[in-house]
Amino acid sequence: MKVDLLGLALPAVPVVAGLLGLLLRNQRRGIAAALGIGAAAAALACAVAVALRGAREADAGVVVAEFGRLSVTFGTWLDGPAGLVAVAVGVVALCVQVYSVAYLHDDERYAPYAAQVSLFTGAMLLVVVSGDLIALLVGWEVMGICSYLLIGHDRRLPEAPRAAVKAFLVTRVGDVGFLIGIVLLGLHAGSFRIADVFAADLPAGTVTAACVLLLAGVAGKSAQFPLHTWLPDAMAGPTPISALIHAATMVAAGVYVVARLYPLFEQTGAALTVLAVMASVTMLLGALAALGQDDIKRVLAWSTVSQLGYMTGALAVGAPAAALFHLLTHAAFKALLFLAAGAVIHAVGTNLMAAMGGLRTRMPVTFWTMTAGLAALAGVPPLAGFWSKDSIIEAAWHATSDAGAPVPRAAAVLVLAAAALTVLVTAAYVVRLWRRTFLGAPRGAAARAAHEPPWAMRGPLLVLAVPTVLLGFAGLSAAFARRLGGAHAVAELGAFALAPLALLAAGAALAWRRDPAADLPDTALTRLLANAFYLDAVQDALVTRPVTALARLARRTDETVVDGAVDATGAGAAGAGALLARAHIAGLPRATGAVLGGAVVLAAAIAVVVGVSW
Amino acid sequence: MSAGQTLLLALLILPAIGALFAAGMPARLDRAARIGGTAFAAATFGVALAFLPGAPAVPAGTAPAAAIAPWAEIDVPWAPDLSLRFHLGVDGISYPLVVLTAALTMLCCAYCLWRVPDPGRGRLLVALLLVLEVGIIGVFLSLDLVLFFVFFEVVLLPMYAVIAVWGGADRRRAARKFVLYTLLGSVLLLVGVFTVVSATGTADLVALTDPATRPMSSGLQLFAFVLLAAAFAVKSPLWPLHTWLPAAHTEAPTVGSVVLAGVLLKMGTYGLLRVAVGVAPDAAARSAPVLGILATAAIIVGGLVCLAQTELKRLIAYSSVGHMGFVLLGVATLTTTGFQAALIGNIAHGVVTGLLFFVAGGIKDRAHTGDLAQLGGLRETAPALSGVLAFAAIASLGLPGLAGFWGESFAVVAAFERGGPLWTTLGVLAAAGAALAAAYFLRLLRRVTHGAATPPVTALTTAGRLRPGELVAWSPLIALTLAVGVVPDLVLGYSADPVAALAEVITR
Repeated sequence: MKVDLLGLALPAVPVVAGLLGLLLRNQRRGIAAALGIGAAAAALACAVAVALRGAREADAGVVVAEFGRLSVTFGTWLDGPAGLVAVAVGVVALCVQVYSVAYLHDDERYAPYAAQVSLFTGAMLLVVVSGDLIALLVGWEVMGICSYLLIGHDRRLPEAPRAAVKAFLVTRVGDVGFLIGIVLLGLHAGSFRIADVFAADLPAGTVTAACVLLLAGVAGKSAQFPLHTWLPDAMAGPTPISALIHAATMVAAGVYVVARLYPLFEQTGAALTVLAVMASVTMLLGALAALGQDDIKRVLAWSTVSQLGYMTGALAVGAPAAALFHLLTHAAFKALLFLAAGAVIHAVGTNLMAAMGGLRTRMPVTFWTMTAGLAALAGVPPLAGFWSKDSIIEAAWHATSDAGAPVPRAAAVLVLAAAALTVLVTAAYVVRLWRRTFLGAPRGAAARAAHEPPWAMRGPLLVLAVPTVLLGFAGLSAAFARRLGGAHAVAELGAFALAPLALLAAGAALAWRRDPAADLPDTALTRLLANAFYLDAVQDALVTRPVTALARLARRTDETVVDGAVDATGAGAAGAGALLARAHIAGLPRATGAVLGGAVVLAAAIAVVVGVSW
Repeated sequence: MSAGQTLLLALLILPAIGALFAAGMPARLDRAARIGGTAFAAATFGVALAFLPGAPAVPAGTAPAAAIAPWAEIDVPWAPDLSLRFHLGVDGISYPLVVLTAALTMLCCAYCLWRVPDPGRGRLLVALLLVLEVGIIGVFLSLDLVLFFVFFEVVLLPMYAVIAVWGGADRRRAARKFVLYTLLGSVLLLVGVFTVVSATGTADLVALTDPATRPMSSGLQLFAFVLLAAAFAVKSPLWPLHTWLPAAHTEAPTVGSVVLAGVLLKMGTYGLLRVAVGVAPDAAARSAPVLGILATAAIIVGGLVCLAQTELKRLIAYSSVGHMGFVLLGVATLTTTGFQAALIGNIAHGVVTGLLFFVAGGIKDRAHTGDLAQLGGLRETAPALSGVLAFAAIASLGLPGLAGFWGESFAVVAAFERGGPLWTTLGVLAAAGAALAAAYFLRLLRRVTHGAATPPVTALTTAGRLRPGELVAWSPLIALTLAVGVVPDLVLGYSADPVAALAEVITR
């Protein structure tokens, strides 16, 4: 068979459901919900089937378009990671669809929302299953546009449209590089099939250039420094969207793509060094910025930035299996955290932790599930995050001493140092968030009256709590590691695991000394953290303003110079005509004179011409 | 006469009869005249589709002997003294454009059944649309240079009338500018055509593009190519010869804009590919860098101007400059990939920008303003309208999976395929231009659909719903955008062989 039908169904089912859903009228809540949940459930079923079936080789694919000697095919490549990541996407998508029915119960634009979530799910699954670079790009960009549409969903938030545009544009800038990287690979390999690209004998320079260019797209999508600025603003989207798109799936797609193309990245130390620097800056920057936020969703958003840094860090030090492992555990615990935060926001009516506190007794299910999620995020054993994060730190440690590692030693040291420091900071902001939200006395009427959300929201929390607690143990299995492409078990407990634990304890202790009810003092340092080192302002000054100024200049020039020249030609011709017309208005004597003069000139001309021909 | 020849003639005769019919009906039967005209347009579209069964006249895979191998052909002498022959034919390069023209004309006529812009007299508008169709399809079918020129001119005056009669407030000025500017292009075309004809003694395009006969000297070729390319550059339009376009679009009625952007501009890019490059391939190869640089400049400048634009239809008009820049970049690379990208870019732009102008017209009709500052919050009062606008804008910014993507990205691919510092730079700039397109379209959406509803938008309550004419005219375009995006072979399948043959002419 040319295309694996199960693999084709994975993206196709949600996409078709999404397109149908877009045609629904707003009043059709029931159908919209059924379509959304049904599509997610069907996708999950397909994903489970794919995962159970085991890894497959890339299929041949069907030709979609031919441009000269280049043909674009669509085919699937359901290797080990593809199956597992597809299951993760399916689980989170299903949880989010169910959760959204309750979360958006009074939103009259629920129908397009549910349809866009389905469309997004399909696009993400296309990225996961695709065995072709162009088809992958299709999914990659459709995800981006769904993210744009969903961030701008909430009409009550004045900042939402701006955040939506920013999210799409920042990632699109990165995608210029991504597209060119794909083009380079496709042109040199003569095919856009990933398997063909691997098989082709590409020149080292091309591989390096293509990989570095691809990293631009990865940085945009996976919110890596310096293209990370859109993710915190994207929190203007509804919270379930943050859980699905901006925590569990789309932002992890960059990591997945690098892992998918790892045979190429492995060949180029330069690209891996770039990735290492990007990852190290991102993880520390994200964690520090998380420390300075009071908006609960922004804390989680910055934490996502930081955790994605861990994944790219793992890729940089030559451990794609560890990166994918962390991708999976992070998908579980971060989706859980966002959905739990959504429950809190739903109950308290604000995102600000300043108005929370004491929610532990009022919302026990939310409290306990969120506690599990936070502990997993910080890396408390034996929760999932502990195992996956530890495997990354161990991989970085090995890379510093392993002469055969694909990345230069200095880069590995950088990743190791950043990862270790980030453990400390992570513990601090996790403890701060936990205590500020759930412990102490309620700080506000809404917090005092808070109550558990309906079961449609509580259920997904409980479902996601299971992998949050247990998924880490899968890392001990060699079979699981083989699925992820690793040679031996991803998580290996050694004495080395004690070091991150010590850092974790230190960070938690530091945060514990502060009064959770007190706001952060207003110092230069806290302002720096709250504004995430003012990188937004830098981006504004370096890119946004110059481009807008250039646009205004281009418009003025086009209207005054280019079009002005045209109008001036017209006016000039009309003016010359008028002048000539005036010259023809004359009294009889002068007119007679002119006619006679003309006759003489004509006669002379004829004489000359005829004379010459004689 | 064979079946193919009958179909060819029917493509020209049916709309002509329809035009006469619609124009000849008395004023009290205005609606009946419009219905009749629409029926003729639909019949023309049906005839265009009737070519499908016999489409691959040449077995796939075998490169045709001549650069132009029509599926169906009519060749009779017309005015032998002027070496003018009535030579029509359709092949894989022209066929998608013929179908696009027939489809858009049909949809525009259907739209006129429900909505006639001021000052009424819809039957005349329909008649003019059908005359336009004759001219445009004639251009795509002509295999004789002089005939090509004649059809090229047929289009000019009906379009002038459409803008000057049914246009907006400043319609006279815009129409005058349009007609004078494009007439300048026509003069260049005329000189170019007669340079070619007098130098070679034939006006037959098949003979002229045949690599076996290349009678023109290289200097003469360059002269002819520059003239022809300049003429087509005005029509396409290529920066900096584009300034007639924004004015014409802003003032033209909705259906005028749709036909103008959807198919009229394609005469320029088609002419460049078929006539200019086909007749003077060596000169094309020498001029390619200049063409490529101008095309890339169009992409960037068009995008930047859009970013600072404040009027809805003007913005879309400038976006056309950028999109046609991609098409021209594809042609300029002179590679098979580039030609294919240009052809699918042409079709995609026709469908997507046609839809965009339809929606923009729908918005301007309702809100009575196209000023972006006065529009806003459209999704609050007119969710369906803003949904279609968002779809069209997203398709137009080149989202992969929708029609616009293939032409734009593969123009970039073609530039990289050419290689070398110049073309690589152009490819990078064009790719960056695609990001610029995202910036201005999302800015447009943010202004028009998001945020709080402005007074002109709040005033729409039930008027915000889609009208029947809009549903009829828009849904096929939406479906096509999606279909071409997912199955680009719908367009590319026909052109693969002729394009390969054309590219071979150049490399030989």
